[in-house]
Amino acid sequence: MRDSALVASSYAMAPAKTVPSRHSALVRVTHWITTLCFLALLLSGVEIVISHPRFYWGEAGNINTPTLFKIPIPASRSSVPTGYGYVLPDQNGWSRYLHFQAAWVAVLTGLLYVISSLFSGHLRRNLLPGGADLSWRSFSTAIADHLRFKPPSEEESWSYNLLQRLTYLLVIFVLFPLVIWTGLAMSPAIASVFPGAVSVLGGQQSARTLHFFVTVFLVFFLLIHILMIGLTGFRNRMRAMITGRGMNKEPA
Amino acid sequence: MSDLSRRKLIAAGIAAAAGASGLAAADVVAKRYGLIPPDYGGPYGAGETLTYAAQRILTSHSLAREFPPSAISKPPFANEVLSLGEEFKRLQAGGFADWRLAVDGMVARPASFSLAELKSYPSRSQITHMACEEGWSYIAEWTGVPLSHILDLAGVLPQAKYVVYFSIQRDWWDSVDMADALHPQTLVAHSMNGAELPVGNGGPLRLRVPRQLGYKNVKFITRLTVTDDLKRFGAGLGSASPEGGYAWYAGI
Repeated sequence: MRDSALVASSYAMAPAKTVPSRHSALVRVTHWITTLCFLALLLSGVEIVISHPRFYWGEAGNINTPTLFKIPIPASRSSVPTGYGYVLPDQNGWSRYLHFQAAWVAVLTGLLYVISSLFSGHLRRNLLPGGADLSWRSFSTAIADHLRFKPPSEEESWSYNLLQRLTYLLVIFVLFPLVIWTGLAMSPAIASVFPGAVSVLGGQQSARTLHFFVTVFLVFFLLIHILMIGLTGFRNRMRAMITGRGMNKEPA
Repeated sequence: MSDLSRRKLIAAGIAAAAGASGLAAADVVAKRYGLIPPDYGGPYGAGETLTYAAQRILTSHSLAREFPPSAISKPPFANEVLSLGEEFKRLQAGGFADWRLAVDGMVARPASFSLAELKSYPSRSQITHMACEEGWSYIAEWTGVPLSHILDLAGVLPQAKYVVYFSIQRDWWDSVDMADALHPQTLVAHSMNGAELPVGNGGPLRLRVPRQLGYKNVKFITRLTVTDDLKRFGAGLGSASPEGGYAWYAGI
C-alpha cells in the first residue's frame, strides 16, 4: 500500500514522463549475481594469498628469490618465513574450488550483461557519455560537484553522470577483463595454449602480482560505490537496484 | 492474463526448455569425450567440470612453455618433504639401486623397471615452470623418460582412460587422463638441472606434468596403474587431493 502511494507521488513530481524502471530486471539480476561472485572471489582470493603473502616480478619466484613486496601477515604455510611464530590453518582447497566456480558464474553473467547491453541500448543510453558531456568543461564541473558533495538534481538523478559513466566503463571494460586475463595467465594449462598472454604481462609471477593490484583497484571501486550510495540515499538506491523502482526523493 | 504476460510466459517456457535440452546435450557430449572430472560432485562440481572441460578442449595438444637455460631458478628450490619412512631410507642407503617402478592395470605386459633401466631408455630434457597452488614457482631443467614410452613398453589397452600413480609416501597418489599421460612433456623424471633428481625435489623418481600445478607432480613414485575407472581408487575422487579438499584437475 505504502509503495503504491509513493509511486503515485513520484508520478505527481515528474508529470512530464512516465515513471520508468530505474534499473531493468536484467541489470538488477546481473548486478546482484556479480556482487555475490565478487565477494566470494575476494574472500577466497584473500585465503589463497595467505598461503604465500609474497609477490614477485617475472616468470618465477619463491622463498629463495627476492620479492617485489611482502604483505606483513602470518601465512598458512610453515615454509614461508613471515616473522610470526605461528601458522594459520590451510584454507586453499575450498578457496580454490570456490574461486574458480565464482569466476565462471561472474564471467558468464558478465557476458550476458555486456551482450544484452549492446542490444538493449543500455550501453549506449546509460553508460557511454553523450557527445556534449565529453568536454573538458563538463568533466571539470562533474569533478567539482563531486568534491563539493553536491547532490544531483531531480532530473540528474535519473541518469548516470559523466564520472559514473566513465567509472562503470572502466570497471566493466578494463578492470574486469584485466582481472580475468591476469587470473588465466597464472594457469599452466592456459599458458601452454596462449604463451604470449603470459609473456606480454612479464611472466607468470608478474601476472599474479598484477592480478593482486587489479583486485585492489576493484576493492577501491566497491568502497567508493558503497560510499556514494550512502551519500545519495542508501534506502532509495538499494530499492532501485532490488525492485527497480526509482524514487527521486528519499521518503520522509 | 494479458497478452504481454502470456507472451513473456511462453518465451520463458521456450528458454527453459532450450536450456534444459542444451544441458542434457552438453552432458552427453561431455561424457562421450571425457570432459567430466572425477570430483564432479559436491558444491563446487559445476565450476570444476566447466574448468576441466574448457581447458581439456583448449589444451588437448598444447605444449607447456620451455625456457632458455638462463631462466633456471638459482638457487634451486626444494619444497619441504614430510617424513619419508624406513623403506625410503633403506633404498636411499643403497643409492636407490633397488628402487623400482611397477606398471600394472589395463596393460598387455605388466612390468617393473629399475632406476638403471629407466635411465637407459630414451630421455627428454625440458626447462619448464613448476608452479605451486600456493603461488610460488621455480624454473628447472627436468630430464626423464616420457611416460608415453613406458606405457608403450607395457602395452596400454585401448579402453584405458587414466593413469594412476602412487608414491612411496602412502598418502600421496594421483591420476591423469590419457591426454596428459600420453603428452610428450609428461615425464617420469630422474634428473634435474643436469644432476640426479635431489630427494627434496622428489628423487629418485617424480612424475612431471608441466601443464598442471605442483601437487599433480607426485614425488617418489613407485607404481603406475592404468585404468578406465577411477572409482576403484581411494574414495573414488581420482586422487588423494580431493580427499584433502583440493581439486583433482590442477591445470589452473
